[in-house]
Amino acid sequence: MHSVLAAGLVTATEGSTAADFSNDTWWIWLIKSVGILIFLLTSVLIAIWFERKVVARMQVRPGPNVHGPFGLLQSLADAMKLLFKEDMTVKAADKVVYIVAPLIAVFCSLLTFAVIPLGPTVNMFGVETPLQLTDFPVAVLYILACASVGVYGIVLGGWSSNSTYPLLGAVRSTAQVISYELAMGMSLVSVFILAGSMSTSEIVSSQTQLWWFLPLLPAFLIYIVSMVGETNRLPFDLPEAEGELVSGYMTEYSSMKFAWFFLAEYINMLNVSAVATTLFLGGWRAPFLPADSFLQQGYWPVLWFLVKLWALMFFFVWVRGSVLRFRYDQFMKLGWKVLIPAALTWLVMVAVVQGLRQFPEFADLELRTILFGIAGVVIVGVVISLLIPEKKPTPAPTTPRVLDAFADGYPVPPLPGQVLPPSPRRARVTAGAPADESAATADTTTDPKEVHGG
Amino acid sequence: MSALVGAAEVVAGNLPGVAGLLPQAVDSAGDASTAEAVLFWVLAPIMVIASFGLLFARKAVHAALSVILVMVSLAFLYVTQGAVFLGVVQVVVYTGAIMMLFLFVLMLVGVSSADSLVETIRGQRWIGWLAGIGLLVVLAGVIGTAAYPTPVGLGAANEDTNPTGIARVIFGEYVFAMEVVGALLVTAALGALVFTHRRRLTPRLGQRERADARVRAGQHLAPLPAPGVYAKHNAMDVPALDPYGRPIESSVPRVLRVRGQEADAAEYAARIDRVIAGKAAVESGRTALDEQQDNPPPVADPAGAPVGAPHIGDAVAGVDASAPDSEEGK
Repeated sequence: MHSVLAAGLVTATEGSTAADFSNDTWWIWLIKSVGILIFLLTSVLIAIWFERKVVARMQVRPGPNVHGPFGLLQSLADAMKLLFKEDMTVKAADKVVYIVAPLIAVFCSLLTFAVIPLGPTVNMFGVETPLQLTDFPVAVLYILACASVGVYGIVLGGWSSNSTYPLLGAVRSTAQVISYELAMGMSLVSVFILAGSMSTSEIVSSQTQLWWFLPLLPAFLIYIVSMVGETNRLPFDLPEAEGELVSGYMTEYSSMKFAWFFLAEYINMLNVSAVATTLFLGGWRAPFLPADSFLQQGYWPVLWFLVKLWALMFFFVWVRGSVLRFRYDQFMKLGWKVLIPAALTWLVMVAVVQGLRQFPEFADLELRTILFGIAGVVIVGVVISLLIPEKKPTPAPTTPRVLDAFADGYPVPPLPGQVLPPSPRRARVTAGAPADESAATADTTTDPKEVHGG
Repeated sequence: MSALVGAAEVVAGNLPGVAGLLPQAVDSAGDASTAEAVLFWVLAPIMVIASFGLLFARKAVHAALSVILVMVSLAFLYVTQGAVFLGVVQVVVYTGAIMMLFLFVLMLVGVSSADSLVETIRGQRWIGWLAGIGLLVVLAGVIGTAAYPTPVGLGAANEDTNPTGIARVIFGEYVFAMEVVGALLVTAALGALVFTHRRRLTPRLGQRERADARVRAGQHLAPLPAPGVYAKHNAMDVPALDPYGRPIESSVPRVLRVRGQEADAAEYAARIDRVIAGKAAVESGRTALDEQQDNPPPVADPAGAPVGAPHIGDAVAGVDASAPDSEEGK
């Protein structure tokens, strides 16, 4: 079914993308698909080793170094161990959804690399073909679509486990994805506007002169932040926060089903890194080399692509090794009050510039100059805003010892050690029965010492 | 029929360059291509079954999943019919955002809860059946009498990529309608904001303010000490001991203390002392009795502790009102 669809897509889009797939035959597709699968699976094994090793170096310890040279076979051993573990299915779980959820997560994560250009047109066994499985005019939107369907794996896995921590993880994940995908999508739109296309090969070929991350620096930064949020990695790993939710949505999973979630998470890291490489970092192009250099042709560009990909992976690990997990409300505030407004503002600015360039008066203005100018203004603005002294917080009112029942907005009963203010009704009662007066006054003058642990 | 095919051929002949570039969703005679036919016959049953799933699923989440399946399959069909943009946006917007929001709410009702089958409106079920059958009859009538002319114009519409074509239609021909819908949506969002807005009656208490208040109130700042953990007994009801050997009351959960289920810490402490003394004696070859005579084990004596010296137990267990360095008691 997929090949039928691919056939439909390829015929649908010939001529609308920079890459030309007209020479492809079925076995070329097969080679590319299998190649992508093998690349992703081995990359995950390496990524796990890489992450453990780099984090270990950052924490001044050796990391895995027993199995194989430099401990390279450690992740293979871990994978084997996972495979042979007992595959448990929770009794109270919703069986079908429980089993399908990890499958959704993995399959959706495998789809993205189909439209990532790994290199220019090469000669593959006598056939001239681009190093890319397929491409079509909305390829980047397709990547977003795959990512958003992949999140169903996490959400359904958390729900179907019928357990508290996974459910909390799933709910967090839903909110996280909805808020961070908006910022991510909008940061990508400014690339669409400049490149004039949503096809990945077109976007790469539009970066011959200049990689988009420089003129579109704000969009790039927003993408980098939201890509970490999108892949549930520290400091945004709230759906699986170990300290709070045991393991979040995967708590009730074991053996292979757990391994699939794990696999999906690492493939998603590779995916978002590949998207950042393709859209902002020039794709497979090498820096500072003329376009007709032999290092920009044939299979060489795969190397540049991999270098950029792994540089971003290193960034992921670096962030994980140095930043603490956000508190959930801070995380949401960052998404909705900082990233989305910033992305919107930047998008409008890029659109205005691009719109002005349609007029003949501004046609001779170099795009690069304008965008660098705007980026400069933005950066200067940010720096100035950092220099402005923060407004001194007003000193908080001293907390009364007598309980203010409405302090948090809802009436609450007094905790042990707290006293209620004298009731207005009490005056009437004591007026009626003077014998109670001593008891009533004694009550209000009680020292409201906090009872410990109360 | 032959006239129709001829006409279609004329149309196709007028656009010679386009024919090769465009989706082969329909050939010149208006029939679907093999690829699309195969895809349709694979997806159509899935979609029909999923639609029935929406109707008959007992759990709300299963119904939502059926809808998602239908939406994704529909997106596949859009793509094969040349509406690439529509197909992908269908997944991004409807499946990725809107159904996700639905699921967000549905998930909170839990796995084991099924829909209630109690009628809240009298005769609801019969009205539903009648309306459903009525709709079915109308749909059958419309579909049965519909004519299927040869589709034309797809090639011209998609000439410079599908997104460009859609952009021309939306932001060219129908730009006013599009603006009106946009204004309506913004109004709706604003309305939702206004309705859900709640005025804050009291100053906001953030993390900072709470921490300040805790320091000012002289409460203990660190987490409570854990209950005592001994090799023999590591239950919640045994208080931990401070360095002076006194039990820390607050290390036992408040509930147990209130219920009076607290274990006697002194007993455990004494046992440990005995064990330690025994071990030392064994190592040095002396009997426990000798040890006892020469070097009596330390006895916990809070009263004998020097006044004013830091009491670690106090710092951990919270401020004692009688302690001289506490402001709380004055």
